[in-house]
Amino acid sequence: MAYLDFLQTHGDRLIDGTVVTVFQFFLATAVAVSVALLFGLMRLSQNLAIRSVAVGYIEIFRGTSLLVQLFWIFFVLPLFGINLDKFLAGFLAVGLNMGAYGAELVRGAILAVPRGQWEAAVALNMPRSRRMWRIVLPQAFLIMLPPWGNLVIEILKGTALVALISVTDLMFEVRQINIATFKAVEAFGTAILVYYAMARLFVTPCMRALERAMARKTGKA
Amino acid sequence: MTEETGRYPLRLEGDGVPMVRFQKVTKRYGPLVVLDELDLDVAPGEMVTIIGPSGSGKTTVLRMLMTLETIDGGVIYVDGEPLTHMVRNQGLVPANSAHTRRMRSKIGMCFQHFNLFPHMTALGNCMEGPVQVLKLSRKEAEERSMELLEMVGMADKRDEHPSRLSGGQQQRVAIARALAMRPRIMLFDEVTSALDPEVISEVTSVIRRLVSTHNLTMLMVTHQMGFAREISDRVCFFFNGSIEEQGPPAELFEAPGRERTRQFLNAVLEAN
Ligand SMILES: Nc1ncnc2c1ncn2[C@@H]1O[C@H](COP(=O)(O)OP(=O)(O)OP(=O)(O)O)[C@@H](O)[C@H]1O
Ligand SMILES: [Mg+2]
Repeated sequence: MAYLDFLQTHGDRLIDGTVVTVFQFFLATAVAVSVALLFGLMRLSQNLAIRSVAVGYIEIFRGTSLLVQLFWIFFVLPLFGINLDKFLAGFLAVGLNMGAYGAELVRGAILAVPRGQWEAAVALNMPRSRRMWRIVLPQAFLIMLPPWGNLVIEILKGTALVALISVTDLMFEVRQINIATFKAVEAFGTAILVYYAMARLFVTPCMRALERAMARKTGKA
Repeated sequence: MTEETGRYPLRLEGDGVPMVRFQKVTKRYGPLVVLDELDLDVAPGEMVTIIGPSGSGKTTVLRMLMTLETIDGGVIYVDGEPLTHMVRNQGLVPANSAHTRRMRSKIGMCFQHFNLFPHMTALGNCMEGPVQVLKLSRKEAEERSMELLEMVGMADKRDEHPSRLSGGQQQRVAIARALAMRPRIMLFDEVTSALDPEVISEVTSVIRRLVSTHNLTMLMVTHQMGFAREISDRVCFFFNGSIEEQGPPAELFEAPGRERTRQFLNAVLEAN
């Protein structure tokens, strides 16, 4: 069992890398969710200036590649005096990029809440912000959970790019192992297995459980 | 706007101030004139029913009063004060949001499709306004809401979500939800139109009880002529964005003075 030997020899590095990937994933997801909510709401503002900022952000981050954004944040920002640690730059880039896609999900879900819900909230004399937070966002949340399930997996996959700025994540470690041992099949095969397992055995079931819990809480199930 | 609204009083005073006054109210959607210089007074405690053909502007009247639509001309007064406008420098200017919110607190509305909040229980729906807007304590809000759910016969369903209630039950909760804000004016827009025939009476009997026990001013749009006739103090027949004819129900239904009213009533009778 050559592969078991491989795992035994490189197990520590693989586990360390996986831990870093998990951290990158959670932090990037947190950034993406915050950014998505912020820019999704700004995108719907009545104020033209606020709306324009959101449109600009979403356009730039969706219109260029994640890798280019990552390099900008890590290699170019220092030239303007902004020095970010590579670990921070990594999840920040992934989160900011995916958040731009998330913002569109937030916007679409808010617009999908029936107009009658807004009107009932007006009839109760709720101020605008209460209407949004109490009435519309909870319903929008339920609507956007399934597409977020996909986006969260994209975030996980996107974190593999942070290896390119030398964050010691799973991808970084398997590349190092490959360079040292030339065992490309074992090295990259392990990467495929671990990423797939994280997506299908962890992220997807979690999102499904969240969907079910929310549906129950809102009386849909 | 000040120029144009110069001929409108800043507030209504003296005896017999109406609870609601539409004064030369115009509403347009693009080129379509939906309300054409509408004048309409509703006295305190009066129950006025609006009938008329589809598209004649009935819903629009209620929606404008609920401030769900903007106004293109004229002024609406509520309880003697302008609703759509406010007083600035001895003139009327379009209302800002603070003024709108203060005035809106006097008005409640029930919709054709109920519009209950699906993520809250029946009780949660009723408590939402009192807690979030009136800032009552949860205990007070719950007491008030339960009293109203009791009145509409929905107390035993307090913990159900709307998706598990029938249409008639949802509409009764919606009525309780609106009343929990203690409005002085209640608006009902075809509240029985989306209901199965056998549950219509659940809702009409609640409205009937409201009329006899509460001192509310009410405006109701309905296609149920029998109910309108029984319950209204006055019936307004709308045609093309203005009132073609109005009067006590006995008069309007028995002896309509206008040809269009007669035609409409005949058509409705035939359909039933
Ligand atoms: N948001 C809107 N945009 C454009 N036109 C509208 C809008 N809302 C209403 N209208 C038009 O205004 C007119 C009056 O509508 P309204 O809903 O007041 O009629 P109604 O008397 O309540 O009719 P119904 O009996 O069918 O409910 C209709 O011709 C309608 O098509
Ligand atoms: Mg209507």
